[in-house]
Amino acid sequence: MTTAVITGIGVLAPNGAGTENFWAATLRGESGIGPIRRFDARGYPARLGGEIDGFDPVEHLPRRLLPQTDRMTQLALAASAWALADAGVEPGTYDPGGTGVAMAGAFGGFEYGQRELENLWCSGPERVSVYMSFAWFYAVNTGQLSIRHALRGPAGVVVGDQAGGLDAVAQARRNIRKGARLMLSGGVDSSFCPYGWVARISDGALSTDEDPRTAYLPFDLRARGQVPGEGGAVLVVEEAAAARRRGTQIYGEIAGYAATFDAAVRHGGERGLGRAVEAALADAGVTAREIGVVFADGSGRLADDRAEAETIADVFGPQGVPVTVPKTMTGRMSSGGAPADLAGALLAMRDGLIPPTVNVQTPAPGARLDLVTGVPRPWQPGPALVLARGRGGFNSAMVLRPGAAVPGRTGEAGVTGRAAPTRSGGKPS
Amino acid sequence: MVITGLGVVAPGGVGTKAFWHLITAGRTATRPITAFDAAAFRSRIAAEVDFEAAQAELSHRERRRLDRSAQFALVATREACVDSGLEPDRFDPTRVGVSLGTAVGATCNLESEYLALSDTGREWILDHRYASPHLYDYFMPGSMAAEIAAECNAQGPVTVVSAGCTSGLDAVGHAADLIREGAADVMVTGGTDAPISPITVACFDAIRATSPSNDDAAHALRPFDRTRNGFVLGEGAATLVLEAEEHARARGARIYAEIAGFASRSNAYHMTGLRPDGAEMAAAITAALAESRRAPQSVDYVNAHGTATKQNDRHETAALKRALGPHAYRTPVSSIKSMIGHSLGAIGSIEIAACALALDQGVVPPTANLCEPDPELDLDYVPLHAREQRLDTVLSVGSGFGGFQSAIVLTRLGPA
Repeated sequence: MTTAVITGIGVLAPNGAGTENFWAATLRGESGIGPIRRFDARGYPARLGGEIDGFDPVEHLPRRLLPQTDRMTQLALAASAWALADAGVEPGTYDPGGTGVAMAGAFGGFEYGQRELENLWCSGPERVSVYMSFAWFYAVNTGQLSIRHALRGPAGVVVGDQAGGLDAVAQARRNIRKGARLMLSGGVDSSFCPYGWVARISDGALSTDEDPRTAYLPFDLRARGQVPGEGGAVLVVEEAAAARRRGTQIYGEIAGYAATFDAAVRHGGERGLGRAVEAALADAGVTAREIGVVFADGSGRLADDRAEAETIADVFGPQGVPVTVPKTMTGRMSSGGAPADLAGALLAMRDGLIPPTVNVQTPAPGARLDLVTGVPRPWQPGPALVLARGRGGFNSAMVLRPGAAVPGRTGEAGVTGRAAPTRSGGKPS
Repeated sequence: MVITGLGVVAPGGVGTKAFWHLITAGRTATRPITAFDAAAFRSRIAAEVDFEAAQAELSHRERRRLDRSAQFALVATREACVDSGLEPDRFDPTRVGVSLGTAVGATCNLESEYLALSDTGREWILDHRYASPHLYDYFMPGSMAAEIAAECNAQGPVTVVSAGCTSGLDAVGHAADLIREGAADVMVTGGTDAPISPITVACFDAIRATSPSNDDAAHALRPFDRTRNGFVLGEGAATLVLEAEEHARARGARIYAEIAGFASRSNAYHMTGLRPDGAEMAAAITAALAESRRAPQSVDYVNAHGTATKQNDRHETAALKRALGPHAYRTPVSSIKSMIGHSLGAIGSIEIAACALALDQGVVPPTANLCEPDPELDLDYVPLHAREQRLDTVLSVGSGFGGFQSAIVLTRLGPA
C-alpha cells in the first residue's frame, strides 16, 4: 500500500513559536504555562493557561487577511507556512490538484465569535462582520490554508475534541492512499477569550491551582486537573515515493492508526483506549515490544490517568516502555495537542532524545509507568506511539516509524538547510 | 457500502415519509421566521422544522441537555435504526462507528448561553455559574457524535465532520471510506444543523446570501430561476445506516442503495466565492465517478446543490457540463432546497436520503419555484413536477464556504 510520510513540521506552541524554538524549549523542560494575559481572567476559578507570547499576525499574514481571521486561523496560517518551507515545498512547483488539506477543529474561533455576538446584540445586525459567516466556524482553518497555499485537492475537517488531531492526520494518510500527493494536516486551536474560558470551566476538568509548576500533573498523585493551551502543529504529509523523488527529508512514516469510542455508561462504560492501541499497532505491523516511546494523552485527571496508565501497562508491561507528556509544558491545546505530540515524536526520532514530562515528581501509585521526567532521555529511535483522548469517549492512537526506516530512503537533505524560524517566528513568503 | 436505514427530520414534517411526500409533491416549507422576532433582519424567512411532536418522544433530560441540532440528530437516528432493523444486541459494538456532519454545531445554545453570560450583550458576567454545565459540549460539536454513539452503542471510530455546507455529504463519504478500509462494518452517519438563530441570520444578511423575498416566503428560494435572489435558511437532520454489503446481506436487511464513490476538493479561491468555471466541483465529480467505476454517461439524475444564489447556480451548471460533457444536457438536475431550504451541514445528508429514496422509488424530485428559466442556465432542472423514471446511478453534489466541493455517487444494487 502507498506509504504516507511526514516531510515538514510547523509548530506554534506556548513554549515556542516555530518548530526549532518549540523543540529546544521542550528539551530544556521550559514551560509556557502561566497566568492568562489575553483577557482579564481574575474572577474565574481557573486562571492559568498556555498562551503564545509575542505572536504578531502582522508579521505573518497579508494585511487583508487580518480582519477576516480569528487568532486560531492566524496561528494556523503561520504554522502551515513554516511546515511547507520546512518540507522545501515551493508554491507553484507542485500540481495543486494533487495537494489538499485535512485539519482538525474543536472549539471554533470564538474570540472572533464572541466579538461578533457582542456587535449583534449591542449594535444590531448591520454591525455583524461580513466575515463572521466563516471566521468562527470549525472548517475555517482548512479553508484558509487551502486558499493561502493554493491546495485544490481533497479537503476535510474532523472534530473529535483532543483526539481529533490524530483523526485529521489519519484522514491525510487516507487521501494520500487515494492518490493525493501532498496534504497539509494537523490542528491549531485557541479561543482564549472569556466565553471560551467559561466553556472550559463548565467542563469541570480545569485545574484551579495557581502555581504553574503544579497545576497540570498527569500521572502524578497530586494531579488536580487540566490546563488549556493554545496553538498546535501543521504537518506536511506526502506520498513517500514523491517525497523521495524530490530528495527531501523524511521525518517519519504514518505507519498505523486506529480510533475507538468508550462504551456509554448505559452500555457498560468499558473504555476503548486499549483497543485503539492494539489496532494501531496491528495496522502498523509492529509489536508492542518494538515501540520505543509512548507520547501519552496525560489527561491530568486522576481517573483518566489511571485508566490510561493501566492500558499502557497492559499492552507494554509494567515499566515496559518510556512514556512522556510534553504537554506539561504547553497545556492541552484542544485539537492542536496531538499534532504537536506527533511533531515531538518525529523530532525525538531525529535527535535521538525523548523530551521530558516536567513537574511530575510523585507518580501515582500503581501507575507502573516508566515516565521520562526532568531531563530528555537518549534513545535508539524506533517506532513511536502517540495517544490522544477527547471528552465524551474519543480514543485515537497513531504509530510513527522513523524516516530512516522508511524503505528506499535517499538523500539527507534533512537536518541542515531548513528554514528555521527565529524566536519571533519566520515570515512566511 | 449499502444504505439499510433512513431517518429524516426536515421542514414540512418530521420523518422520512413526510419528507418524501413533501418533496415529491413539489410543496415548499419556507415561511416567515417564527423562532425569534426577525423584524430587524434583511432576510426574515426560513424553512423551520415543526419539532414539538417529535420532541415529545425525547426524554426530559435529553431536551434539557441537548441543543436543537443534537435533538434533530437523535430523532433522525432513532428512525434510521428502527428502519434498518439494526438491533443493538445483535452486532459487535466495536465494529459500529459514527460519522456526523454539522457546519455550525450547537449555534442556538451558543447564542443563548452567551446572552445569559453577558446580560444580553451588555456586560460580561464573571460568574461562570450562570453558564450551562453542558457549555463545553455546545462549543465542541464532537459531543453530538458522542451522543449518537451512546444511542447506538457504537464503540468503533466516532467523529464529527465539519466542512461547512458540505459537512452532511462529506460525513457520509467519510463513513463509506471507513467501511471500505475495514475500520467498521456499520456506520451510523448523516448530518444535522439548527442554524435559525439571530447570529446566523445576521451572518448571511451581512453577505447578502439569503433571499430578501420576505413577502412571498413560499416562493422565495428559486434555484436556476432568472429571478433567483439567494437561499432561505433551513434546519433539520438526516441519518443513514450504512453497512458493508456482506453484513447487510447476511442479516437479510432491506437495501435502499449503494454508496459507490465519494470525493471532495478545495477550490482554493475564496472563503465564500466560487470560481466561475466550476473546475474543482467537476474534479470532485470525476473522482467520485472514477471511484464508483461509472462513466459520466451512466448518471441518471443529479441532486444539485442549487442554493439559488446567482453565483452558485452558474458555477454548478458549469461544473456539471465540465464533468459530464454533453450528457449533462440529457440528465435531470434538481434542487430540493427549493422546498426545504438550506440547512447547512445537514442538507448534504438529507439530499443523500432523497437520492436513496429516488433510486428506491424511481422518482426524480422536482425543483420548486422554477417558473422563469434563466437563459444562461440551460440544463434540465426538472421544474415544479416530480418525474417517474427508473434510476440506476445518481449523483449528489455540494459546495460550501471554505471552498469545499464534494460529490457522492449512489447506485441501485441488484440482487446478490
